Amino acid sequence: MKSIKPLYLALAVLTFLLIEGALYMALLQAPTERTMGDVQRIFYFHVPSAWVSFLAFFIVCIASIAFLRTGKAQWDRLAASSAEIGILFITLVLLTGPLWAKPVWNVYWTWDARLTTSLILWLIYIAYMMVRRYTSDPERGAKFAAVFGIIGFLDVPIVYMSIRWWRTLHPAPVIRGGGGLAPEMKQALFFSLFAFTVLYITLLLLSFRISTLQQKLQALKHSSRG
Amino acid sequence: MQNLNFLFAAYSLIWFALFLFLLRLGRKLTSLERALQRLEEKQAGS
Repeated sequence: MKSIKPLYLALAVLTFLLIEGALYMALLQAPTERTMGDVQRIFYFHVPSAWVSFLAFFIVCIASIAFLRTGKAQWDRLAASSAEIGILFITLVLLTGPLWAKPVWNVYWTWDARLTTSLILWLIYIAYMMVRRYTSDPERGAKFAAVFGIIGFLDVPIVYMSIRWWRTLHPAPVIRGGGGLAPEMKQALFFSLFAFTVLYITLLLLSFRISTLQQKLQALKHSSRG
Repeated sequence: MQNLNFLFAAYSLIWFALFLFLLRLGRKLTSLERALQRLEEKQAGS
């Protein structure tokens, strides 16, 4: 624990408490949905996971633009750190969605516009990570990845708007979409969105610190060789 | 209480994935800090 700075520790404790609070509100405080029953409670962690993945890919896009403009490696490292977290959360969206869909739609998966565009989003960022990892020249790889990160973000608004643009099975959006939610349900959802945002910040700071240390280690190894 | 198995599976999956991700980050951080410390000591010694 010697290596963990007080800021990280405080943020980790805060994140833990917020996630526990979100769990309490989602599983115990929010009322049971009349038609879907308890399985609807998946929604309180499914929607925030989707939100965090969108936020993470937005940061990838912004950091990639900054990297291409300035050439500073820290932007590239921020983009890579955020992409990794975004992939984690979009994976959770793609796994928890079918667990909700099976009892409600009677199928785990259907080639619905929202589901398909979300799967494409996942594939785009898996490809982004592969570009980073398997390009022989790291500098070129970082530039390719930055372009990929900017273009890939175009799928995020498509995923978000897919349920408005096409007829889909997916439920209507809760925010500005006319999806009726009881006030206690809204409260649980918004608390969970906040808790997941703090979780994202914590993970991003930790992941960014790791990439900074990796760079420092490489620089030290390089200087000790030369 | 209906379809609790799906609810349980979804929440377990989220916790498991987050736990694995944090474990991976924690291990990486520890090994990097150790490697850095070793290298810095080596450079200070030479």
